[in-house]
Amino acid sequence: MFQFALARVLWLVPTLLAMALVTFLVMHATPGSPLDPVAEGANPLSPEAQKNLAAHYGLDRPLYEQFAIFITKAVQGDFGNSFVYKTRTVSEIIVQTFPISLLLGSMALALAIVVGLTLGILAAIYQNRAWDYVSVSLATVGVAVPNFVLAVFLIILFSFGVPLFPTGGWESPRNWVLPTVALALAPMGIIARFTRASMLEVIRADYTLTARAKGLGELPVIFKHALKNAFIPVVTLLGPMFAAVGTGSFFVESIFRVPGMGRFFVLSMTGRDYPMIMAVVMTYGAFLAVMNLVVDLLYGVLDPRIRY
Amino acid sequence: MSRVAVAVAAPVEEPRVRSSSLWRDGVRRLRRNKLAVAGGIVIALLCVVAIFADFLAPLPYTKSNFGRLNEAPSRDFPLGTDLLGRDLLSRMIYGARVSMLVGLGAQVIVVLIGVPIGALSGYIGGRTDMFLTRFIDVMYAFPRLLFVILLMSMLGAGLTNIFIAIGLTGWVGIARQTRAQVLAIKEKEFIDGARALGAGFRRLLMRHILPNALTPIVVAVTFGIPEAIFTEAALSFIGVGINPPTPSWGQMVGEGQQYIRSYWHLCVFPSIAIAVTMLSFTFFGDGVRDALDPKLK
Repeated sequence: MFQFALARVLWLVPTLLAMALVTFLVMHATPGSPLDPVAEGANPLSPEAQKNLAAHYGLDRPLYEQFAIFITKAVQGDFGNSFVYKTRTVSEIIVQTFPISLLLGSMALALAIVVGLTLGILAAIYQNRAWDYVSVSLATVGVAVPNFVLAVFLIILFSFGVPLFPTGGWESPRNWVLPTVALALAPMGIIARFTRASMLEVIRADYTLTARAKGLGELPVIFKHALKNAFIPVVTLLGPMFAAVGTGSFFVESIFRVPGMGRFFVLSMTGRDYPMIMAVVMTYGAFLAVMNLVVDLLYGVLDPRIRY
Repeated sequence: MSRVAVAVAAPVEEPRVRSSSLWRDGVRRLRRNKLAVAGGIVIALLCVVAIFADFLAPLPYTKSNFGRLNEAPSRDFPLGTDLLGRDLLSRMIYGARVSMLVGLGAQVIVVLIGVPIGALSGYIGGRTDMFLTRFIDVMYAFPRLLFVILLMSMLGAGLTNIFIAIGLTGWVGIARQTRAQVLAIKEKEFIDGARALGAGFRRLLMRHILPNALTPIVVAVTFGIPEAIFTEAALSFIGVGINPPTPSWGQMVGEGQQYIRSYWHLCVFPSIAIAVTMLSFTFFGDGVRDALDPKLK
């Protein structure tokens, strides 16, 4: 177990390096440069000015050197200055905005897990009855419909139809409700569908039959015997779900005007803000990689049948 | 004695009964699934709309009417007009064309890249397989949408670039599926039999292994189509997808949601279109998966 954990932790290093390298190469291999003026024909820089700027930001050095410099500095937490927001370092921006995205993501995930599990369990217990249909349709809508479309419907329903929540902003917990729900629906649907399938399988298993045969009531059978076993496959989903919540946050944050990290993702890319692109991609990438690692290890802890 | 003769004779009449192949069974089971049929009908309608957009749209999608901006639905404009006074219904109809084109076209690219890589990796094995699997694993670890957005913002908006971005990122899943299938099938006796009869590398792979590996690939494609449609909508929503003035539902939602309080129709109609399309493909995909899974027979 310890050896497996150590190997998995060590694997993080090449994974992150590969991720950085791919991003770096895509960034530099494609047309467009931070030295070009952002809009076409807007105040073109003279060749001398371009040269000076390139030297200032180290863009005139060979690519492998630039990459090496990036890695050595990034390891120390220094991602350089943003090309677009010239007065702020990239780390400052990330430190300011990432906690907001993290809070939104965590709330969404917590909501998704609680509601998703409940719906999944209800659907399995009442298979082919009203509860089953309600939770399956909710889950299908959550999985199939993009979150920015769901967000539009939520605003129409709960800001205009029944004016319960504001359409955006991040000042008070009341502002947090709609973005959290919009972001939670997709992972909620995934969890509900999976929990239902896994519960249905477990409910028919021999050990559940044994538990019933020895005279246990419905509740202890479900909660003590079935649920624990049904949980195990659901845990594997947490990895893809973190990804869904992470990438989903760009859209939800932009619709609900949440001052999180999501909007920098697209802004930095269209603006060729190289340091910012690297920082944002690596923050997301590292976060997801670590979460996948945690999930893998958790899986081993939860299921005693798994031996590494 | 005579009884035995009858018992032996009976199977001779068998050929009259139509043989039940996996595909015929699949279609039969798919027809029984009402949700899947409903999804299929909507998809067929969308295809018709996409193909005949030029005849169906009341106005060209670029035609502006500056006297009538942001109008709510009326008799002249069934779904209202947008910020530039263009007919929303016409733009939605052409938007269907973009969605369908991306959904189906991107899958063709994904299959053309993913299936050969997966099949070769599984069939050749050894060092080639190890190298390809490692590569696939790294690609898999990369959050998909992140990578697509990165590629698109670097390549620039446009339909061709959407195909490139989805193609470059989407083949991984299908390659994995194909590889797993080929690995399992190539150990079967009928492959040994074919090889013993002198079938070459190409014949083995194309005529014997791949046809048997087709089911999971078909299922992966049916789920890949809505994913590609979603990706295009998401990219256009944030402004790195389709090039304006070409209409795309995602771009219309992205633009319209900024004015949701004043002009609700701008984002509501394209939102409904995306939701209905995605749900139809999901129902249809679920139906296809269930229909082709022999375990559920």
